[in-house]
This record gives sequence, structure tokens and C-alpha cells, in this order.
Amino acid sequence: MRYDVAVIGGGPAGLAAAIRASEQGASVLLIEREAKLGGILKQCIHDGFGVVRFGEKLSGPEYADRFVKKLRQTNVQVSLLSFVTRTEKCDDGYKLTYVCKEGLKQVECGGIVLATGCRERTRNGIGIHGDRCAGVYTAGAAQNLVNILGVMPGKKVVVLGSGDIGLIMARRLTLEGAKVVGVYEAKPVASGLTRNIHQCLNDFDIPLHLSSTVTRVFGTTRLEKVEISKVDERMRPIVGTEQIVECDCLVLAVGLIPENELARDLQVPLDPKTKGAIVDQNCQTLAEGIFACGNALHVNDLVDYVSESGETAGSAVVRRGKRKLRPVSTEGKLLYVVPQRIDVNGGIDKVVMYFRASEELTNQRLVVTAGDETVFSKVYAKLLPPEMERIVVNFDTAHTLDDFTVRLEDK
Amino acid sequence: MEMVCIVCPNGCRLTVTRQDGQIAVSGNKCKRGESFAVGELTHPTRSVTGSVRSTVKGYPVVSVKTDGEIPKDKIFDLMSLCRDLTITQPLPIGTVLVDDLFGTGVRLVTTRDMEEANE
Repeated sequence: MRYDVAVIGGGPAGLAAAIRASEQGASVLLIEREAKLGGILKQCIHDGFGVVRFGEKLSGPEYADRFVKKLRQTNVQVSLLSFVTRTEKCDDGYKLTYVCKEGLKQVECGGIVLATGCRERTRNGIGIHGDRCAGVYTAGAAQNLVNILGVMPGKKVVVLGSGDIGLIMARRLTLEGAKVVGVYEAKPVASGLTRNIHQCLNDFDIPLHLSSTVTRVFGTTRLEKVEISKVDERMRPIVGTEQIVECDCLVLAVGLIPENELARDLQVPLDPKTKGAIVDQNCQTLAEGIFACGNALHVNDLVDYVSESGETAGSAVVRRGKRKLRPVSTEGKLLYVVPQRIDVNGGIDKVVMYFRASEELTNQRLVVTAGDETVFSKVYAKLLPPEMERIVVNFDTAHTLDDFTVRLEDK
Repeated sequence: MEMVCIVCPNGCRLTVTRQDGQIAVSGNKCKRGESFAVGELTHPTRSVTGSVRSTVKGYPVVSVKTDGEIPKDKIFDLMSLCRDLTITQPLPIGTVLVDDLFGTGVRLVTTRDMEEANE
């Protein structure tokens, strides 16, 4: 069996990519690990999705439903409960091996879109010492228990991590009757969107403890208590500041990492800053025919942009040409910039770029240059690392299509 | 008074001042920020999402939302109302479960499609 395009992952990025590729006339296979489409949106039952795209505040399942309904009107072949175990290069594209209900299957495809999302950092990932007791969950696991399975993960909860996921879970568990003792954050500032601090914590009087982290967990079979320590400016626990907090559940919302095992299999070069693939403005990786989008590419804070990059990948995978890649270098306090390459043959009049500042900054100017020519500049009163920024740059007017730089400077 | 608008992810930092019974708002990027600030000072409201149990195979719980805002002090009443409901048949997304919440005219609707076949 051969398809023009194989999309791996049926979350928001994969759905958008599959729909778009199909609309452009390609034969598309969408491979999804779970029994239903929608990815993580299925369990994100809170609202606030789709403000940019639809001008409405939708819940996660509603946002996903719009794309699933649209997908049903296309000829995209969907394979659920399917897991890709192997990807390899073949004469005219790629060969995928996946396990599904019928057993092991192989398909060939002209191009691949990696829309595999991201994974959560776990207890081991941040090295919390102590007992191996039940009751320690990642926020996503806790969210799945409450919102999909209808099971409460605990009664007295400590949340570690003040990113949006941690804040939303603190509120959700409170609403379902748990007591959230506090949200702890190792950084001196909260990581989540400011609105979430207000509507998730302040509305319910949930305390937020900054510069504090969980350093040890205790419990013979079930979690009984955790040890909280203050941390210094380099986030190292300070001896003597330990404090015991009783709880039967620890929810870890300590970061997301793009899922790129398949990309590694295919030896697609990754960006150590984003932990996703290095791509051009069309989401094509440095390997011809392999595209990456959504949270597999870099962790987004708005699903609207996940869908956007899915659509970019989905339309570009269908009409590929000979590329001429030029690097984009970064200067100043930038955490990262995506894309990391510009294909000067690949449409340069509306290049969408995403970036994050590496620290909280005020009165900044973002400048994009080609050679020594400024092609874009924008002033930001305030930049925060948790809030991703999006710009659209027209490189068409540039005289030299080389030496691309994105620079953040004091205004 | 400083306030953060929660209407959209922009999270505009608002400055709200009261003068002669008038409420003046600045710092908002759009006009929704102004009505948010006024509402927050006079009758704070929230849209709420939650879940309702179901006996339908493959859906132990079904996500729901208020299709508008309800008074902030009614949030926990809404949660106990949700606990008293049970869905017994597959419902399409957007099905109204409760017509008029606390006399606000706001409805409780499902946000998940249950029509999909179960594996």
C-alpha cells in the first residue's frame, strides 16, 4: 500500500496536517495511537481554546471535534489504535511499520508529517528522592484520570509546577472536591499565563509558593507527605529550609518535551533549544520529505498555533520542490526561534516565525535582518518566556537572501 | 486597582479606578477588558467547565460547560448539580443537559461527541 503522505499523530497538529494535505489532492494515511482522535485535547475539558482561530472560547474536546468533523469530509484514511514502530527510507520515499488491531502492517509513503506531540517530564526527570509509593502523577495522567476516566487521583493534593497545566489541574481537582494544599514553583516567577494564575488559583484561594520545590516524597504504599525546600537563584535546594507537607497526591507539572523518537530513528537533526526538529518555514526538517509540526516541533502555549503549523506542514508536504536552505541565527535574549532555516525557494513573502524570550524583559525590539538589511522590526512592551510570540515576516523585498538573523535588543 | 483580564490568553494588565461612581479602565487591548473589569467589581461571573458521569460504554464521564457565565459564587453549586446528573445514552456534542442555571438563562451543555463508535 502506498500513500502520498503519512501523518503520524491524530491530535490538533496531525488533524490539521491531514485535512490540509487531503484538500490539496494527496492520498493521506493518518496514524493514531489511541482509540479516538483529538490527542491531548480530549482531556483538556477547560475552555480557552480557539480564541485566535475561531474567535470563541472552546473547550479542548470542542476544538478537536471541529477538526474531526472536517476530517470526516475528506478522503483521509484513519488508522486508530496504531503505533508506528519503525520508519525507514526507501527508493521513493519512506516505509512505515506499525502495529494495529490487524497485526503488523507496512505502508510506503512519499512524505511523512511528524505530529507526535510532546511528553511530560516525570519524577525521574527532575530527580525527586524518596519512597516509590502510589500517588505521584504527572499532571496529564491526573487529568486523564479525572476528565476521561472519572476517577480522582487523591484527596489532598500538592501540585509542583506553575505552568498552565499545573494551574488548571489545581483548579480542576479543587472543583471536584479535592483539597489542593498549594502549588509550588522552583522559579522565582510563575510560569503560566497570568490569567490562569487569577482564574485558577486566586479565584479558589489556592496558595502559590515560589522558589520552592518538592525534594522528597514519603509513603509506604500510598503517598503520605512530601518535603518542600526553598531553592536558591540557581534552583538548588537550600539545606535547612525543609518543611513537611501532608498529602496523598503529588501532581507534577514540570515541563513538556517534544516527542521525537521517530525523528531520531530517521536521523533528523534536532534543535537542542526546542528539542524538536530543525525546520524551514514550511515545517520541513533537514531530511527531505519529513515534516514536523505542533508540539513535536516546539512546545506551544496556544493550540491555534499548533493547528497553524499542522496546516503549513500539510500543504507543503504535498508540493515539495528543490530547496535552498539558509540558516537563521539568533542574537540577544532569545530562548529559541522557529523556523531555524529559511528555504529561499519555498515562498518567502509570508514567513511565520515563533519565538520566546529567555527571560522576563521590558521595552524590547525584535529585529529580523537579511544581510545588513532590516526586513522586520517590532517593539514589545513586555516579553515573558511562557508567552510565545508569533510574527509574519516578508523577506521578498530583501536584496540578499542570506545571513538571516533574528535579534532581540533593548529599545 | 490592578487587575488581570481573563477574557482571553492575552491577559491584559488592567488599571481600574473608581471616580464619582464611574469605573474607568485602562491597559485593555480590546473593549472586552472594560466590561470584564466592571463586571469583576460589580457582579463577578465565570464560565465553568466540568464533567458528568455516564453509563455509556467507553465514556465514564462526559465533559460539560456552561454556555455563558454564571455568578462566581455559584460555581460550587454547579459542581454539585453536575454530580447529581447521569447521562444514560449517547448524546451529540452540544446537547443541553440543564436549561436555566440558577435563573441566569445560561445552559449546561455537553462538549464531547459521544456518537463515535467505541473500540
